[in-house]
Amino acid sequence: MISSNLSAIFYLVSGVLFILALRGLSSPETSRQGNLFGILGMIIAITVTFLSTGNFSTGFIFVLLFILAGGSIGAFIAYRIPMTAMPELVAGFHSLVGLAAVFVAISAFLNPEAFNLGTPGNIKLGSLIEMSIGAAVGAITFSGSIIAFLKLQGIMSGSPITFKGQHPLNAIILISIIVLIYLLCSTQSSNLFWLLLGVSFLIGFLLIIPIGGADMPVVISMLNSYSGWAAAGIGFTLENTALIITGALVGSSGAILSYIMCKGMNRSFFNVILGGFGATEDTKSSSAKEQRPVKSGNADDAAFLMKNASSVIIVPGYGMAVAQAQHALREMVDTLKKNDIKVSYAIHPVAGRMPGHMNVLLAEANVPYDEVFELEEINNDFANADVAFVIGANDVTNPVAKTDPQSPIYGMPVLDVEKCKSVLFVKRSLSPGYAGIDNDLFYKENTLMLFADAKKMTEDITKNL
Amino acid sequence: MEIDPLIFRLSIFILSIFVGYYVVWSVTPSLHTPLMSVTNAISSVIIVGAIIAGLSGNSDSVFNTSSIFGFLAIALAAINIFGGFLVTQRMLAMYKKKKKDKQ
Repeated sequence: MISSNLSAIFYLVSGVLFILALRGLSSPETSRQGNLFGILGMIIAITVTFLSTGNFSTGFIFVLLFILAGGSIGAFIAYRIPMTAMPELVAGFHSLVGLAAVFVAISAFLNPEAFNLGTPGNIKLGSLIEMSIGAAVGAITFSGSIIAFLKLQGIMSGSPITFKGQHPLNAIILISIIVLIYLLCSTQSSNLFWLLLGVSFLIGFLLIIPIGGADMPVVISMLNSYSGWAAAGIGFTLENTALIITGALVGSSGAILSYIMCKGMNRSFFNVILGGFGATEDTKSSSAKEQRPVKSGNADDAAFLMKNASSVIIVPGYGMAVAQAQHALREMVDTLKKNDIKVSYAIHPVAGRMPGHMNVLLAEANVPYDEVFELEEINNDFANADVAFVIGANDVTNPVAKTDPQSPIYGMPVLDVEKCKSVLFVKRSLSPGYAGIDNDLFYKENTLMLFADAKKMTEDITKNL
Repeated sequence: MEIDPLIFRLSIFILSIFVGYYVVWSVTPSLHTPLMSVTNAISSVIIVGAIIAGLSGNSDSVFNTSSIFGFLAIALAAINIFGGFLVTQRMLAMYKKKKKDKQ
């Protein structure tokens, strides 16, 4: 058994290693080393916990067994999961962090002696407050992530679920959570503790159902943040530095990502959270605009255009992930490069269903990361490029965001695709994108629509090149 | 008068938020997905609480209501730790720089 001062120092070390793990992600070269720092930090934290309890009896064996069981499930998932399913995986993992926080809080509430927090019914006030906040946030993270997971997985419809009185109801529940925490701390009643957990599960569920599929990048980042705050809450309860540092890191990381995602859509955080976006737009778009003429072409036309180009910019979106077209796309680009055509990729911040989603898919298809550019880096290059190849993206290319103040996406930063000499737009049909608005790009003189499945079209183009 | 240790923990917490703020802004956008999976993995350091809870039973009975919740939390956190770090590793291994042309 080691002294609590020594173990506190080791927890600090593992907290610092976690900071270095995130620091490593500032560039792909240092990122792998960063991940090793993270693993090392985790090993230190777990080892120190064993040493500080000094309990190596039967219980210890069971702890190892459960770590082994969970660990093999985790490793199995990590190796088997296709890269296109990353958003679901991350949402699922968030729910586990949330639930683990709830379980630790329950355990501490039932047996506070084990954690030096007092006795049942007489838990130290500070600890009880921290514990109940951790448990409530953990429960919200859990049920919210489950809904996000179901929506991403397609088990639950991605469209927003709204009903009358939704916002007042949520407000009442949120207030009741605060009241419950107050009552719980003054009475130490276990019934109130269970009620608090139940209500928190409910609000997590209610908060996420009105948010639509394409807003998932914000939701996932937000739940990431919550899982951090939940961990920090438990960290305060357990007086554990590693948990407090990590919780703060993860909490601010998720918050920053949500901010970046909201900015990518030019929407306020509250606008996203209150949800229901896109549910009311159908009437407007289906009437007058639908009749405008479009030029459509086939793989042969597309191949001809690209063969005669000297530079091509690829704009991938969620549709590419759905069609699993990233490998076919890379093959097409390889052929283009053989013909001395310069190719780069333009990624919008909210392309896909989670931050960085497109980058991972392109990396999976062996696209070198120095050919992939963010919106600000590449937006000026469209004017000089010959062909823009839009595959599975829609709203993020819509010039309406720059021209029509009436449009719901007005002000959203978009890729200036229309400035290219010609635009190839791979899409299954003319249907509007997620925001429910028509894309002006479809009807431009220099746009050629390629109506087909993204993967099949890309393969056909490669054949024709 | 002595300072409540809570204040020290609060200081660590607030300072860590600032550290997180600056560190995360320096993360390159192309690595935002690995960032999410690795934050997932490290937030599962909550396993330390779960281990304490799991070991809270006495030698006669390893399992009581409290320790069972601890064991469940251990399993959940372990899924996340192994899954999170390994999937991050797998993703990061895919990020490659431009190769010298083979042709």
